[in-house]
Amino acid sequence: MTDRALAVVRAGALTTVQDRGRPGNAHLGVPRSGALDPPAAALVNRLVGNPPGAAVLETTLDGCALRPRTPVTVAVGGAPCPVAVDGRPVPWGAPVRVPAGALLEVGAARGGVRSYVGVSGGVAVQPVLGSRSTDLLSGLGPPPLADGALLPLGPPATPAAHVDVAPRPGPPAELVLRVTPGPRADWFTPEAVRTFSSRPYRVSPASNRVGLRCDGPPLVRCRSGELASEGMVLGAVQVPPDGRPVVFLADHPTTGGYPVIGVVRAADLPAAAQAVPGTPVRFVPVQRR
Amino acid sequence: MRVLPVGDDALLVETGSGEEARALHEELLRRRERGALVVREIVPAARTVLLDGLDDPARVAAGLAAADVPPAPAPAGAVVEIPVRYDGPDLDGVAAHWGVSPAEAARIHAAAEFRVAFCGFAPGFGYLTGLPPGYDGVPRRATPRTALPAGSVALAGPYTGVYPRASPGGWQVVGSTDAVLWDPERVPAALLSPGTRVRFVPRDGEGTA
Repeated sequence: MTDRALAVVRAGALTTVQDRGRPGNAHLGVPRSGALDPPAAALVNRLVGNPPGAAVLETTLDGCALRPRTPVTVAVGGAPCPVAVDGRPVPWGAPVRVPAGALLEVGAARGGVRSYVGVSGGVAVQPVLGSRSTDLLSGLGPPPLADGALLPLGPPATPAAHVDVAPRPGPPAELVLRVTPGPRADWFTPEAVRTFSSRPYRVSPASNRVGLRCDGPPLVRCRSGELASEGMVLGAVQVPPDGRPVVFLADHPTTGGYPVIGVVRAADLPAAAQAVPGTPVRFVPVQRR
Repeated sequence: MRVLPVGDDALLVETGSGEEARALHEELLRRRERGALVVREIVPAARTVLLDGLDDPARVAAGLAAADVPPAPAPAGAVVEIPVRYDGPDLDGVAAHWGVSPAEAARIHAAAEFRVAFCGFAPGFGYLTGLPPGYDGVPRRATPRTALPAGSVALAGPYTGVYPRASPGGWQVVGSTDAVLWDPERVPAALLSPGTRVRFVPRDGEGTA
């Protein structure tokens, strides 16, 4: 292992390597995967001078701690959190120089769920089908970070961006998800369709990279029987037999047999990825573009 | 054929049967091949084909509605042979469901030529059709097994599948194979992809015709 590496001192609850995922392989049963909050991942890459597709770290709620073996530029974005180098506070959302052997601490999220750690050169684990993303549904890509692991880094590409601070809106107190209806809205009673678009839901603690699970009034089907397996898209709102909607996120299965009542606009999914359990959710029907 | 919009940039094309879905899938692949269709994903399934990542879904939908999809020709291409030991814990149950002996059930399975109708559930997991009429309705297990070893050969409904890696599973396990269904280091990573022809070849002298 060369010096261009990052030692994992504290992996945190769930920290994974993510890039833009491996779209184009759904016909083989391969989920798209990739960062759940793509604008945040792209921003930290830009702040450290990486191309937008470089692999970053995605933390979950409680951050992580890392020790680079070589001097690097890092930037932490996504969910706001305290950041420190060798115990000294440094800015969040800005490029920060970390000397070789220093301890970079990414603290617990003050709002939101997932912070992103961009490192100059990018995390250079072996790609699988063109992506370094950890796919928690099917186990492709590197395993989630573990204490003591060593992550290789790529060569730094360009000088860090001349951006001192990149502000971003914090996670909303209420998650408003715009939804186009169908393709299987006709599997639900008219009352269920009205309920879905008018009653409040809440983000369930059972949410993960596969799906944002929502607690709230169950959606009742007007048909019995099983739907034959069909292809699933990012943002699909699948309704399992318990009637509670699940919004498919990056690690969603490529096919599924539960009816999809609607599809959340891709632009609203980064906010969904940052909604903490308990956040109120409203599904707002919109016209297809 | 019914074209259902999915979100802002996808279409789900519903057909009347697995055979029509196969013909549509092949037609869509031909169109993409000759540049007439620009799309990120073409995902066949039981009776549908999903087109995901379209710039102008309304235009593609109009083109599909007017389309004359020719019936798919008989499957061509090399047959992938998967060696199998018909030693699965559910072989007796499947045989009973079919009303034959376990050895005869293995013979029936090994005599069929399968085709990968679609993939899903896990990378490299193919849903294979090809069992003769009357043998294609095995129910799923009432309680899924929490762990099936990689290489488990299993049946459910009209499908046969081979588990690419250890995983939970509700299908009826009739055998096992050492074939590697999924290897990210290999090109292609998946042994089976939609359209692949497959035969199961009995090992250990069991179920030979």
